[in-house]
Amino acid sequence: MNDHTPQGEHDSTPVPLNQGHVQGTGGIPERFENPGLPPHVHRASDTDEQAAKRAERTIAGLFGLSMLGTVLFLVAYFMVDVDEMTFVPGIGDMSLSNLLLGLGLALALLGIGLGAVQWAKTLMPDEEVVEMRHPMRSSDEAREGFVQTILDGGESSQLTRRPLIKATLGGALGLFSLPLLVQLAGSLGPLPRNDLSVTFWNGEKGEDGTWTAMQRRLHLDPEDRPIKASDVTIGSVFHVLPEGLQSELHGAEKLNEITKASVLVMRLNPDEFQDTPQGRKARDWGYQGIVAYSKVCTHVGCPVGLYEQTTHHLLCPCHQSTFDVTNDCEVIFGPAGRPLPQLKIGVDAQGYLIAEQSFQEPVGPSFWERES
Amino acid sequence: MTPLTTTDEGRRLTRIDRRHPAALALLLMLGLILAGTVFAAVAPKTAEASAPAQSADVVEEGRELFVANCATCHGENGLGIKDVGPSLAGVGAASVDFQMETGRMPMAKPGVQAPRVEDVKFSDEQISAIAAYVASLGAGPAIPDEEYTDGSKGDAGKGGEIFRVNCAMCHNSAGAGGALTRGKYAPEVTGVEGKHIYEAMLTGPQSMPVFNDQNLTPEDKRDVIAYIEQQQEAGNPGGNPLGSLGPVPEGLFAWTIGIGLLITAAVWLGKKSA
Amino acid sequence: MSTTARPADALRADDTTRREPASPGLKKVGGVAGWIDDRTGAAKGVGYLMKKVFPDHWSFMLGEIAMYSMIVCMLTGVFLTLWFDPTQGEVVYEGSYVPLQGVEMSRAYASTLDISFDVKGGLLIRQIHHWSALLFIVALSVHMLRVFFTGAFRKPREINWVIGCLLSMLALIEGFAGYSLPDDLLSGTGLRAAQGFMLSAPVIGSYLSYALFGGGFPGEDIIPRLYSLHILLLPGILIALFTAHIVLVAVQKHTQYPGPGRTNDNVVGFPVMPVYAAKAGGFFFIVFGGIALISSLVQINAVWVHGPYMPNATTAGAQPDWYMLFPDGALRLLPGWLEHTTFGFTWAWPVIIGSLLVIPLFYAGMIAYPFIEAWVTGDQREHHLLDRPRNRPVRTGLGVAAFTLWAVLTFASSNDIMAIKFDLSINDITNALRVLTFVGPLIAFWATRRICLSLQRHDRETVLHGRESGMIVRGPDGDFHEVHEPLDPYERWTLVQHEAHEPLQLEADEVDENGVARKGGAKRKLRARLSEFYYGGAVHPVTPAELEAAHHDGHEHEAIESANRADESEVDPVRSVGAERH
Repeated sequence: MNDHTPQGEHDSTPVPLNQGHVQGTGGIPERFENPGLPPHVHRASDTDEQAAKRAERTIAGLFGLSMLGTVLFLVAYFMVDVDEMTFVPGIGDMSLSNLLLGLGLALALLGIGLGAVQWAKTLMPDEEVVEMRHPMRSSDEAREGFVQTILDGGESSQLTRRPLIKATLGGALGLFSLPLLVQLAGSLGPLPRNDLSVTFWNGEKGEDGTWTAMQRRLHLDPEDRPIKASDVTIGSVFHVLPEGLQSELHGAEKLNEITKASVLVMRLNPDEFQDTPQGRKARDWGYQGIVAYSKVCTHVGCPVGLYEQTTHHLLCPCHQSTFDVTNDCEVIFGPAGRPLPQLKIGVDAQGYLIAEQSFQEPVGPSFWERES
Repeated sequence: MTPLTTTDEGRRLTRIDRRHPAALALLLMLGLILAGTVFAAVAPKTAEASAPAQSADVVEEGRELFVANCATCHGENGLGIKDVGPSLAGVGAASVDFQMETGRMPMAKPGVQAPRVEDVKFSDEQISAIAAYVASLGAGPAIPDEEYTDGSKGDAGKGGEIFRVNCAMCHNSAGAGGALTRGKYAPEVTGVEGKHIYEAMLTGPQSMPVFNDQNLTPEDKRDVIAYIEQQQEAGNPGGNPLGSLGPVPEGLFAWTIGIGLLITAAVWLGKKSA
Repeated sequence: MSTTARPADALRADDTTRREPASPGLKKVGGVAGWIDDRTGAAKGVGYLMKKVFPDHWSFMLGEIAMYSMIVCMLTGVFLTLWFDPTQGEVVYEGSYVPLQGVEMSRAYASTLDISFDVKGGLLIRQIHHWSALLFIVALSVHMLRVFFTGAFRKPREINWVIGCLLSMLALIEGFAGYSLPDDLLSGTGLRAAQGFMLSAPVIGSYLSYALFGGGFPGEDIIPRLYSLHILLLPGILIALFTAHIVLVAVQKHTQYPGPGRTNDNVVGFPVMPVYAAKAGGFFFIVFGGIALISSLVQINAVWVHGPYMPNATTAGAQPDWYMLFPDGALRLLPGWLEHTTFGFTWAWPVIIGSLLVIPLFYAGMIAYPFIEAWVTGDQREHHLLDRPRNRPVRTGLGVAAFTLWAVLTFASSNDIMAIKFDLSINDITNALRVLTFVGPLIAFWATRRICLSLQRHDRETVLHGRESGMIVRGPDGDFHEVHEPLDPYERWTLVQHEAHEPLQLEADEVDENGVARKGGAKRKLRARLSEFYYGGAVHPVTPAELEAAHHDGHEHEAIESANRADESEVDPVRSVGAERH
């Protein structure tokens, strides 16, 4: 019995903490003995040549099926058009090419796999083999030899005697990764600066990155038309982007600005706003019951687009944050921590809805320095 | 407007209770009249305000059907019963057409939301008679012109963009439907007639907001219908779509049938042959 | 090896030997093997490996399912790189999918559509890639559960458990990076949320986000960057760790279930050559074939349905792939009032906990567990025989509790799908799951521990009084009892082989000879208390003496009636955990 064997004597009296389950700590409750492997039972194919022949035929059949599958795949590849559809019961209309190529490939693979396993199970030896284990740890001599080699290496290289080399090597090794890390951290992307706090509603962005205030009309998303206040009937919801965004910007810049500037416009009866400070502010920042709110969830930024016109609740489809439009979009359910920012709107001379000022706080998810 | 649900929504009921009972109905009516008027002015091609168009006989027949089938909730005169059913003045024929042809009305039992029912109990004539009667109660959106409900005339690409911004967040990108708050839901839009999709956008049934013709023009609505129809026509080339509900059913499949299949093979592999 | 000594003139004397392979035996398997061995000396090592013995059990194939699906993933992934264009530059789609024709989209999305609709067999490859990715993580999760519940993580396998945990965590990230690449509406929404997660990180959030996205969201850097992570960096690390995992399995030899003939010092099973070569090799084809079959019939991630990503749009039913549901579920359950502002700085706890802490905490717990258990139980021995889960009631209970927590969070992430499929209110589901997050694991622990103890008692009954035969016999006194068949020694061994566990106890001498209190008293007390928690009230295996006593009793049926019986409905104790019987 070697030292990694957990079987054998075991103490039924309390074990001292400093010994744990270490072997040989006393009391021997009698235990059953391992009876060894039970007698081997032969398979049909071991004793009956007929059964063995049957097994052989099954295996060959499976391998043959595999070849058929390959043929099916090849035929389908060359004969079936990629856009041909077919009706399959239980599935509906699907691509014939996907169906046949997939079935062909599956057959080709399963034939090989099932055949090989069937072969192993029926014709290959099934008498267990026993292999002995040995403790993982090396012998004491080997461990000591290892330690000695390391110590000798340190000694013969004079590492231990020359602290200057030791210190400078350590320093060099410690520092050499800095250039790589600095390059990575420094060049991956720009600093955020105020980018999270400004949107296209702030006005026009100059070459130097500063914004010149400008009142932008509310435009329909994606049709890019201005919206008359009278068009917004009670019960409606309009998805809105700032005027100019869709026509002036392109590519990534456009997407980045859409991300921050998306707005939802709803019209409530002015009496439906709650008589609370927030409710009154919401009504005041609107126009005859028309209010505009950022569509970007304050939780992690999904578009909050589910407007229930009967309850005036806005629901985010990602994590179910629910905002009450009648009370300045306060959070009434879910994980969002703050109300949706409101966009103060009015109408211009032609009667079109216009943003009277930009968002007064950063839109979208919370971040560390958003209050500053 | 929508059949006002006898919802368990505490917030909403208290808010209504604080005001004069007629206020809500009155306001809704005003709003809808306003909507109807604007609608009629801007988009005359689809929505002649339908009140005067029908003959008196049809309206009378509709009134009788209404009193027999709808008045329990919406009142003898169609002006609604508080906390039971909303006023129908100004909801227009489109609303009646949508609610009744999709089997949502009359509602079988009170609930958070009227579900779509395949087995419609009224004939087309009866429904149009009721629609004519309801339209006579106040100007509202009329049943849309076939020109704008025929998806084959629309631009699916453009419709898709509108659909993804305006519709997909409730109805799912595949149109498979989605959940709203407190047991309400946005139903599937697959397998729905173009006309009914149009009417739903136009009238905003139940929780759904209204998409009037200034928001989505009749052409826009037709594009949306075209997108929904073409998406269905494209089928599911990859095979069974598992309800088109995305990663959850896919994960469920992987954890049940997928791994089950492979574990079965492993059990067979480890079992001693007979 | 060809160093047979020959006289210098042997060439001339015996010309024919020149053409013989240097080692005559290798001639049989071809000259190439000899040629290679001449240069590498591989015959010895490979010969040893081919004789290695693997125990046979279906649950030992779970790791292989994971391994093979990973290989299938890598194979099909190489195919996909041939057509996929990982850039966010805009194009107008002109391919064959009609509903999107004329729509502006990124090249990444357009090329995914092309793979799905215009490359012959491309859709199949995409579906095989995605299904095998899902099954890879399912299989490795089930494999980890097997390893945990059978105690296969114990010494000497702690390192391999840690490697496995890292593999699993990297697989999640690899999967997330992969399904974000097509730039469709669903995956883009996922990336949008991921940016929100980064922003929530205290102090560095916005800097982190701007660095990784190369500026504001979405920018045009994230997909190329995820692409290089997905096809180069992460697969490289995965392959390296996975190689180490396999090498350690070979070095430490596979564990085995307890059973007759199986000891801690041997491995009973079948050699690689030929049995496991055929079984494991064949199983690769079965796994690949099974995935191909699924991919030919079941559609996955229909990106064309979602449409191209736009930040102003999203879809109902916005979920990540299943393995990322649990952090997403935590995000859905956490209430918004946890968010706080201190000194003008925002702590977005509902986001920080759900997105930045849940995954690391889960994995930290898993990685730490073997070390905690070893410390509590004081068990420093090597273990190669697996535990039957019932024989470790507390460990099994803890495992089921952790799994329950995971499952509650996973279901929380599908709250909207459950709401529409079961006609429930999403608010009610969310609130119920909030409660279950705390209560569920406790109930699960308690119930599992009780079930384990009952099963152990049932094992004792079976050993002491035999198996119920179902035959009712009338006794000489007119009473009826059921005949019990005694177990043979082979069957019995599986039920009695495990150790009787006793809690560690504090020694009386908390002060040493000099009257000074020993250091670390609190730590020892904690350890003693935890040990009591693990092993207090343990059910011990039957000893020969007890069996003897039961036989002397003579009225077995009475003994049964008086014993504290386990639930009759429990499964057959021998088969349930898959203990091997031959």
